[in-house]
Amino acid sequence: MAFNVEVRVVPRRGILDPQGKAVQGALSTLGFGGVGEVHVGRLVRLEIDARSAEEAQERAVSMCRQLLANPVTEDFEVEVLQGAGSGR
Amino acid sequence: MKIGVVTFPGSNCDYDCYRAARELLDAETVYLWHRSHDLQGVDAVFLPGGFSYGDYLRAGAIASLSPIMKEVRVFADEGGPVVGICNGFQILCEAGMLPGALIRNRSLKFSSRNVHLRVEQSVAPYTSSYEVGRLLTVPIAHGEGCYVAPDEVLAELERDGRVIFRYCDAEGSVTPEANPNGSARNIAGITNAAGNVLGMMPHPERAVDPLLGTLDGVGLFQSLASYLAAV
Repeated sequence: MAFNVEVRVVPRRGILDPQGKAVQGALSTLGFGGVGEVHVGRLVRLEIDARSAEEAQERAVSMCRQLLANPVTEDFEVEVLQGAGSGR
Repeated sequence: MKIGVVTFPGSNCDYDCYRAARELLDAETVYLWHRSHDLQGVDAVFLPGGFSYGDYLRAGAIASLSPIMKEVRVFADEGGPVVGICNGFQILCEAGMLPGALIRNRSLKFSSRNVHLRVEQSVAPYTSSYEVGRLLTVPIAHGEGCYVAPDEVLAELERDGRVIFRYCDAEGSVTPEANPNGSARNIAGITNAAGNVLGMMPHPERAVDPLLGTLDGVGLFQSLASYLAAV
């Protein structure tokens, strides 16, 4: 069964995030007040063949550890989307 | 003496490395294709600068998984000299062959200019022909050269004398203003624990000819040559 999985990778808290800082500054320039810290990360959508949602989750976590996220500078979250497996 | 320069898709300093190795070391120099598993019996490996795989995902991330990197890792584990310059440094960090990571410059700008470096260690195989404290002028050209690592790793690098080059000003002072990318402790180049794997953001191979404005990279190649001549 194919599961749609979303991986969200963000800079680890405490690690310099100049991109987030720049976006925060730009938002403030636009007049958006009350915006605290901003962090810019990346979203990876995967279609993973697995027997269960748990297996899809495990495989995605393993992919994050080996490639999708840098263990020194980034944290990740994996979400197996609801309604996955429908279609393909 | 035989030198190998790895070419990844998107490498753009491979010829600079090739020419520097061939002319300064007077060595047979070969290109090693990223998909090959054959190091062709080379005595040292250069991972050149560039934008391997378009810097997709993270700079150096995909290249670190290239077929040739398996052989480069084995070669390094056996003590073979491996130098990663710029993108090559990023690849070595992504491969886990050097600690830490290189993230976006603090300025968010791609920075291409000459910088001053201070030689922090005079050791084989890469800096024995420089004296400690020697100031070098060497170009940088990168957008992701901000070196970061956990505090305990930084402490270990310092304690074991593995910080080889640091960004400094023209007088040799290590200051925040002289730090072109925000690197922790102004770190410009480090080695692994054994000392045979060097990663550095500045480009010594672009500082080897009077036409390029600086000859300060020559010493690195000379150091490597004397090391290889002795082993």
